[in-house]
Amino acid sequence: MNDTVHITVTVNGEQRELDAAPHHTLLDVVRDDIHLTGTKECCVVGECGACTVLVDGRPMNSCLMLAVEVDGSEILTVEGLTDPDGRLSALQEAFLTTGAAQCGFCIPGQLVSAHALMAAHPEPTLDQIQEALAGNLCRCAGYEQMAEAVFMAGKEGDR
Amino acid sequence: MQPFTYARPETVEAAIALLAEHRGDAELLAGGTDLIIELRNRWKTPKVVIDLKRIDELAPAIVEKDGFLSISASTVMADIVADERVQRLFPALVEAADVVGSIQIRNRATLAGNICNGSPAADTAPPLLVYEAEVVIAGTEGRRRMRVDDFIVGRGEVALGDAELVTAIELPIPAEPIGSAFTRMTRRRGTDLASITLCCGVDSAGMTRLAYGSVGPRALLILDDSGVLADPAATHEEKAPYLDRMFVDASPSPTSMRAGPEYRVAMLPVLGARALQTAIERLAHAT
Repeated sequence: MNDTVHITVTVNGEQRELDAAPHHTLLDVVRDDIHLTGTKECCVVGECGACTVLVDGRPMNSCLMLAVEVDGSEILTVEGLTDPDGRLSALQEAFLTTGAAQCGFCIPGQLVSAHALMAAHPEPTLDQIQEALAGNLCRCAGYEQMAEAVFMAGKEGDR
Repeated sequence: MQPFTYARPETVEAAIALLAEHRGDAELLAGGTDLIIELRNRWKTPKVVIDLKRIDELAPAIVEKDGFLSISASTVMADIVADERVQRLFPALVEAADVVGSIQIRNRATLAGNICNGSPAADTAPPLLVYEAEVVIAGTEGRRRMRVDDFIVGRGEVALGDAELVTAIELPIPAEPIGSAFTRMTRRRGTDLASITLCCGVDSAGMTRLAYGSVGPRALLILDDSGVLADPAATHEEKAPYLDRMFVDASPSPTSMRAGPEYRVAMLPVLGARALQTAIERLAHAT
């Protein structure tokens, strides 16, 4: 009953072998076993987006999936957005510039969702930004600054 | 979450054998956007969770076969929204799939799961009813088909046995063009369950098919062959009594926190008239 399942996942480019309990979510494993605590636990019903990670390039709520389900997949968490030297991405810099992070709790999820958007649409429109971030709630209501940051990071790609 | 055994069968038959072995003590996992919540809250405490996503036959796929567009059991909402054939043939299904939860949810939630979960508020139920979709069911006795209208029974209840699973949802490709549209009422845009879900379809023979959910234990399909509703020249005043008649069976919950029953009942003909108008315009555009 309490048997673990051996899984192989690539997290932020690094392949890992893990023994996951079937009833542990991907969020549990990312935070407690892999010790990447940027990904946040909040509503645990898939409404707030604080736990958003990319699974094979697609944003998903890590609270709503079992870790054993991602066996063989590539996971990107907020820690994977910086370059290997730890330098922030243009998107992260833009969040700083616009003051998008207030309390900061939702920001990892916002960044990961925005990152996925920009991978598909390097210069997203405001509508696209709002739709892409609709699954990420912010109790500080910093939505304007976040949208501005994503818009700005897209435009910077021009230079 | 209570511990359970995780099973990852590779064939439909192996999944059914597991269901038969653990009759009533097993849960099927596709997108998991409902199941994981139910497990965490211990509303469901299965001994075995059977993940369907490693079964080749159920892998995400939208294919045309035998006059149907067949959507496999693990196809997620985002794939449906992006599919050119679904966009062209079944635009109201795209409109419904595109408002399920958020992008994060649409990347995980499956069409088959949306129907099997039996939620009265399932966004995709009304378009599937209007398009006369069928579910393909596999069990120990083999395969069977059923209209979605017969498959949906009531709140959280569908006509699926303990040792059965849905392999696909199939939509008959219409021989004659139909105009169709989906709309819904929510408290806010994005990541909200609907207080009303509604889909309307009209064809050139004057048939109007209206389906609506979230206002009773299950989504309902109502037909009108008077020709008045589908008539582009008829006035709103002429249509109103016919439209009102479509909604006599609505019975919204008096205790829902999403919207009061009076408000839902009042809004049904409003949403109905809008979807009808869009459906008529789309039919005119298609013919």
